[in-house]
Amino acid sequence: MKRYFRELSVVGALGVGLLGLAIFAPAFFQPQPLLSLVTREAPTLVVACGMAFVIICRQIDISVGSMFSVCSVCAGLLAARGWPLLLVLPAAVALGALLGAVNGLLVAGLRLPSIVVTLATMVTLRQGLNLVRQGEFVNLPDRVQWFGLSQTAGQLVLVAGAVALLVALGLAMRHLAAGRFVYAVGTDAEAARLAGIRPQLVTFLVFGFVGALTGLAAMMNLAQSPQVQPLSGLGLELKVIAAVVVGGVAISGGRGNLWGAFAGLLLLACVAPALTHLHIEAYWEKAIQGAIILLAVVADGVRSRKGGTG
Amino acid sequence: MSPAPLLQLRQLVKNYGGVRALRGVDFDLHAGEVHALLGENGAGKSTLIKIVTGAHQPDGGTITLAGETVTALTPATARTLGIACIYQQPALFPDLTVAENLALRLEPAAAGRRVDWPARRTRARELLARLGAAIDPEAEVRSLSMPEQQLVEIACALGSGARIVIMDEPTASLTQKEQHLLFAVVRELRQSSVGVIYISHRLEEIFALADRVTVLRDGQSVGTHPVSAINEAGLIRLMVGREVSQIYPASESVAREVVLSLRGVGCAASGVHAVSFDVRAGEVFGLGGLVGAGRTELARVLFGLTPADAGEITLNGQRVTLPSPQAAVAHGIAYVPEDRRRHGVVLELPIAHNMTMAIHRHLFPHTWLRFGAERGLAREFIRDLAVKCSSPDAPGASLSGGNQQKVSLARWLATKPKLLILDEPTQGVDVGAKSEIHKIVRRLAKDGLAVILISSDLPEVIGLSDRIGVMGGGTLRAILPGQSDPHVVMSAALGTAEKGAA
Repeated sequence: MKRYFRELSVVGALGVGLLGLAIFAPAFFQPQPLLSLVTREAPTLVVACGMAFVIICRQIDISVGSMFSVCSVCAGLLAARGWPLLLVLPAAVALGALLGAVNGLLVAGLRLPSIVVTLATMVTLRQGLNLVRQGEFVNLPDRVQWFGLSQTAGQLVLVAGAVALLVALGLAMRHLAAGRFVYAVGTDAEAARLAGIRPQLVTFLVFGFVGALTGLAAMMNLAQSPQVQPLSGLGLELKVIAAVVVGGVAISGGRGNLWGAFAGLLLLACVAPALTHLHIEAYWEKAIQGAIILLAVVADGVRSRKGGTG
Repeated sequence: MSPAPLLQLRQLVKNYGGVRALRGVDFDLHAGEVHALLGENGAGKSTLIKIVTGAHQPDGGTITLAGETVTALTPATARTLGIACIYQQPALFPDLTVAENLALRLEPAAAGRRVDWPARRTRARELLARLGAAIDPEAEVRSLSMPEQQLVEIACALGSGARIVIMDEPTASLTQKEQHLLFAVVRELRQSSVGVIYISHRLEEIFALADRVTVLRDGQSVGTHPVSAINEAGLIRLMVGREVSQIYPASESVAREVVLSLRGVGCAASGVHAVSFDVRAGEVFGLGGLVGAGRTELARVLFGLTPADAGEITLNGQRVTLPSPQAAVAHGIAYVPEDRRRHGVVLELPIAHNMTMAIHRHLFPHTWLRFGAERGLAREFIRDLAVKCSSPDAPGASLSGGNQQKVSLARWLATKPKLLILDEPTQGVDVGAKSEIHKIVRRLAKDGLAVILISSDLPEVIGLSDRIGVMGGGTLRAILPGQSDPHVVMSAALGTAEKGAA
């Protein structure tokens, strides 16, 4: 219990919030809007899983938003050309993995700081996309939306897929040697190296992996709308990093898990609809999200000052 | 001699936790004197310096500066009282110019002050000229050589009107020619009646430069002598002349087949060159020498961290290359690093995870972690090595130093190595845990492991090893039998004796 205290405190905050909504705005819990809300967050969840890996490895990737846009547009163009979805999906994932691998190569191969590298690729990818596409939307064929299923069925597929992925990755993080290598490298890369782990390889793979997950997320987003707009990934990186940090993943690496990142994401995602249902002006959304992030960071700071190890 | 010494230390005591670093040190420094401080690794030299510069507070004793007793010395007050320290690695700002570096130390630290650039440059030029140093005040410190940077440090000391200058192994990274320049500067300082505390392992420097020498041993001063009244043999006797107070477990092992054989091994990047020796199964091969002799560097070559670029390495009769730690592990080499806090035990991870970190491939062949197997293995080692802990799931940080060392050792024993390299296994470990680790090392050798033991603790190397390789200047200077006379080992380490037979 003590081990997961940090994650459980986020779940607790989420529970209190939902309880408050149940009392003051029961309309929040109508199934269809709720399903839509969760579906909208499904791609974010997938990217957040990857970001949790990156941050646990004591790195950061702020280019996920741009990678998301590029993957979305490219996947959309392929679909518009008549590629079957079963080919577009792996193509999007492969493209994401490739972009992530470029980050990984620069960070792990040349030992450059990841914040600078991914800032550069973030700007390059975004501006490159603007230049090529001139802000043009991609119209998607009908078969793409909800994978050709009914809306509810499509939404359920997306949500179930995202949650299944979360569970698989969360378990892998704890039960696979690879997961523990990520923690070891994030805690102390030199100690890991002396133990025969290859920190640079781990770092490279983590970046490639977050790229692949971003490609997958782009595909999940594609299924939700009739068009792809080139700015679809704008600000995604901040949203994802915030969710991960609120969920108790230490920005200094080595600590945290995906369950916490999931809870953090839900907590932040509920703010906007909750405000609507409570008839509070939507301007408050960012302020409240900011306050939640600040609270989480301050709590972590106080905890590590006390010398807690968990 | 002037009546009131510049600096007088009386019965100085300093403890770090349970370790008694200084146990009653007396030391005098007069104006216009170069006073050498000599002692083995861990004799208390660094601690003494830290107290005189105000970095650490003593637990007992008095510090008297020019006749006045000082209490609560801080780095800032030490500086205003005229104490300056020149460290081995100059602590300058590499991206600022020489003049700016000097100004940062010497000009008042008022943020709103207007900078008088011409005055700043003139002052820097004057100070450097006083030292006879041909350094451009406008040069960036990054572009200067190590001795030039040391000269800038000395200029700082001069500019601040320092009356006491401490030099900690100033020649460690200098060439012969640069050393002579530095000696000239030290003599200049003496002329201008500055007191110099000069720390060095090189006896010839002490005889060339110092007026008096004080020898520290086990945190006590064991004698102050005018340099003219003592010779090298006398100094060495003072440095090591102690009873071997500890009983070391006797060697019961019989040396068997050769496990590791080095012939002319070198690595230019880490300064190791022309090292040749054999280590047999069942023996403890000690590596002695002073700090900076190249022992850890050699260990890192053998573990593939800085791969060898010269010579031959033979393991179990097969010629091998060790380009990476993975290759070294695959060949059955294990390395328990020095500084376990930084590189040995991952403090945040549980003990069990720490112990299995190097053997994932064997313990979990099908990639799924098996927590049962992991805990079982951890329990076995905890029992075997008598690790005192609450459970295998407790974090590494909850253990004492000696027990952390055992966890670090367990990680490597779990790989079932043929050659075990221990780097300072008992550093910072209390006496009880130390003798436990000694017993473990002996037992491992008896069980047929080849052990290379690196230790700066001279009695430990002598008492625990079957044979002792003495290193100095990045190469092997001598191979001596275990239980050798400490004087002989120290002479070899200092390079004063003839080369021993290899």
